[in-house]
Amino acid sequence: MKNFLSGNEAVARGALEAGIRLAAAYPGTPSTEILENIADKFPSIYSQWSPNEKVAFEVGIGASLGGARTLVTMKHVGLNVAADPFMTFAYTGVGGGFVIVSADDPEMHSSQNEQDNRFYAKFAQIPFLEPSDSQESKDFVKLACEISEQFDTPVMLRMTTRISHSKGIVQEGEPIEPSAAGFKRDMNKYVMILSNARKRHAVVAERLEKLQKYSEETELNFVEDNGSDIGIITGGIAYQYAKDNLPEADYLKIGFGFPLPINKIRKFVDTHKTTLIIEELEPYYEEQIKAAGINIEGKKYFSNLGELSPYKVALGLKEAGIIDKVAMAEFEPEQLFPRPPVLCPGCPHRAPFMALKKLKVPVTGDIGCYTLAVLPPLNIMDTCICMGASIGNAIGMEKVNPDENGTAAVIGDSTFLHSGITGLLDAVYNKSNITVVILDNRITAMTGGQHNPATGQTLMGEKTKEVNLIELCKALGVESVHEVDPYDYQATLDVLKAELKRPGPSVVITNKPCVLMPKRIMGKPYEVILDECNGCSACFRIGCPAISTSTELTKRNRPKAVIDPLLCTGCSVCAQICKPEAIVLVEESVVVGK
Amino acid sequence: MNNDIKNVLIVGVGGQGVLLASEVLSETVMLAGLDVKKSEVHGMSQRGGVVTSHVKFGTKVYSPIIPYGQADIIVSFEQAEALRSIEWLKKNGLIATSRTRLVPPIASSGKFFYPDDPIAELKTKVSRVIALDADKIALELGNSRLVNILLLGVISGELGFDITILNDAIKARVKPKFVDINLLAFAKGQELAKESKTVSA
Ligand SMILES: Cc1ncc(C[n+]2csc(CCOP(=O)(O)OP(=O)(O)O)c2C)c(N)n1
Repeated sequence: MKNFLSGNEAVARGALEAGIRLAAAYPGTPSTEILENIADKFPSIYSQWSPNEKVAFEVGIGASLGGARTLVTMKHVGLNVAADPFMTFAYTGVGGGFVIVSADDPEMHSSQNEQDNRFYAKFAQIPFLEPSDSQESKDFVKLACEISEQFDTPVMLRMTTRISHSKGIVQEGEPIEPSAAGFKRDMNKYVMILSNARKRHAVVAERLEKLQKYSEETELNFVEDNGSDIGIITGGIAYQYAKDNLPEADYLKIGFGFPLPINKIRKFVDTHKTTLIIEELEPYYEEQIKAAGINIEGKKYFSNLGELSPYKVALGLKEAGIIDKVAMAEFEPEQLFPRPPVLCPGCPHRAPFMALKKLKVPVTGDIGCYTLAVLPPLNIMDTCICMGASIGNAIGMEKVNPDENGTAAVIGDSTFLHSGITGLLDAVYNKSNITVVILDNRITAMTGGQHNPATGQTLMGEKTKEVNLIELCKALGVESVHEVDPYDYQATLDVLKAELKRPGPSVVITNKPCVLMPKRIMGKPYEVILDECNGCSACFRIGCPAISTSTELTKRNRPKAVIDPLLCTGCSVCAQICKPEAIVLVEESVVVGK
Repeated sequence: MNNDIKNVLIVGVGGQGVLLASEVLSETVMLAGLDVKKSEVHGMSQRGGVVTSHVKFGTKVYSPIIPYGQADIIVSFEQAEALRSIEWLKKNGLIATSRTRLVPPIASSGKFFYPDDPIAELKTKVSRVIALDADKIALELGNSRLVNILLLGVISGELGFDITILNDAIKARVKPKFVDINLLAFAKGQELAKESKTVSA
């Protein structure tokens, strides 16, 4: 059967056809939909969200050692979190086939960096496969499982945002019944004490030689011979961009990216007048090809910054003298206002940031929807490095530079459970004077609303225990733990002010759910009584998309405010800060209005 | 560049239903037996950002991205976004846009301005523009969510497919409960496109 699938949907389908028994992940764009699709469409595969990528990876190792084919997925930076088990699992090798999906994000559509994880495969000395469309995304899962079992190694499937989120026609195959052969005890192989690990490192080296041979022979690295004297070495999405521009050139398409088929590459280069390397992000192929003494160019013409595109590839080809001209756009681009993502109307994260802004304290930040508070008009967040970093950052900052008004770390519920708990433990252990604000909206919102250990539901839809954040913080040794209603601006401000001044670590937890997920929350809308509005613009500065300028002006020619009743959720935060009390519930206005 | 490739760009703001429109279009292409690819980047876009969906079809499609200046048709759910998207439009390409006006908070900050009349500006540059009060028409048809299929109806004559295939695609992609009303919106869009042709002729 043929279906129109995104790369991520195709990987999920591939898992079914590969007989994957267990799939584990922590969400992260652009990888998230793989597990969502597995849970939704293929419940014969056991699937779960883990609290973070490291745990997901370790759960995966357990399943693989239990003899089951296993899939673990994460975004590129997730592999940094899972790097510890990843590097050593490369030594032990697998039980059932083990596939780790790394979904990279060139252009940083939703990420804090654009690291190129192909280097991770080389670093760990394990093979990686790289699809260039949805069909390959599906097919490569099963192939990766087979390679994993044949060579006794974890295999990486390297995706990128463009592959994960583009759709194409996929010819589907037959599913395999998932199974688990059982754990075969083998301490020499699976217990990495040094005497064993030294032997296993030698096994890795031997395995690499076999993989090298496989790379030279496999059809995953194929030559497309169109009789041209121009040769292109490429892989992943860059292959498609190159084909758009040069359909008639010859290609060596790399689907099996580590180890590289150096002999095949040498032969390809020798038989072409000109050969170019077209790869997205870093010169991964290029460094190795040049190190093998083959002198061809790549990054000289194709930038390592951001995504490639048909247009960028055309520009590079022109610079390299392969094509004469680049088709230009007919119409000039328009310089318009930007449309950055914003905190939703009624978002419970808004008022805590308004309060922190008022208190003028340093705010170390973290990653989630709340990171949007850094954008205008709120502009409040001083750091954002990686998940969980806010707490450690605040501890260090406060140690060297104590602020009399306090130091705040802001973190979401999913992020706190991902990697904030150990940071908070550090704050207690090392007697830090910081206040950790946990914005507990009971969902992993940024990535589209996934469950986490605080929501009481698993990925497969089962009810489960909800972690009690207050008790958890107390158990870590925090003596001052407060819950606040983030829709009560004054109360939030008062609690934060007091806690920030208090010596020792403290925690403030907000207690209102996300207004979008898991279900949309809409209350009665508010409206602006135009006669009362003095155009002070305080409500514009809270960055609510439901509030905009009206065409009516004050005597001093300042625009008055207007609220879109279809967008307003009735959170009332704007009404609370409106000095002239011009913002009222829609039905009340009939009474109050003069 | 392959000559038989047709490129349709669909743009809007997060939450407007851009994705369903491109799904139905892609389904149509599949039913017609051609190759199709579609690309969009989600993620941050859900929070009020710009959403663009590229749909490319023909005998054989390589990359899923439409190069600048290569879109045969642009469908826009928001008038300023239509203006923003013209970099993609081919010479003599068609833009069908809703007159919907979504002013982001940043344009109330005093730093940026939402253009007074983006469609007028658009018409000074592009010769083939169809602008309509899609929200209002959709509401009259019974549901504001019909905007996407309505706009698809507007451009349907330009796609080169049999209308029955498009209808079949709608039936395949829309929840059964809403099929009839969507077919109605689709027919309305076709009708409006014809009217606008006679007007501008
Ligand atoms: C290591 C790592 N894994 C995953 C992500 C993707 N990601 C960004 S924010 C986020 C979770 C946000 O959830 P939460 O902390 O609850 O905040 P919310 O978005 O709900 O406000 C995730 C999973 C990431 N950036 N880094």
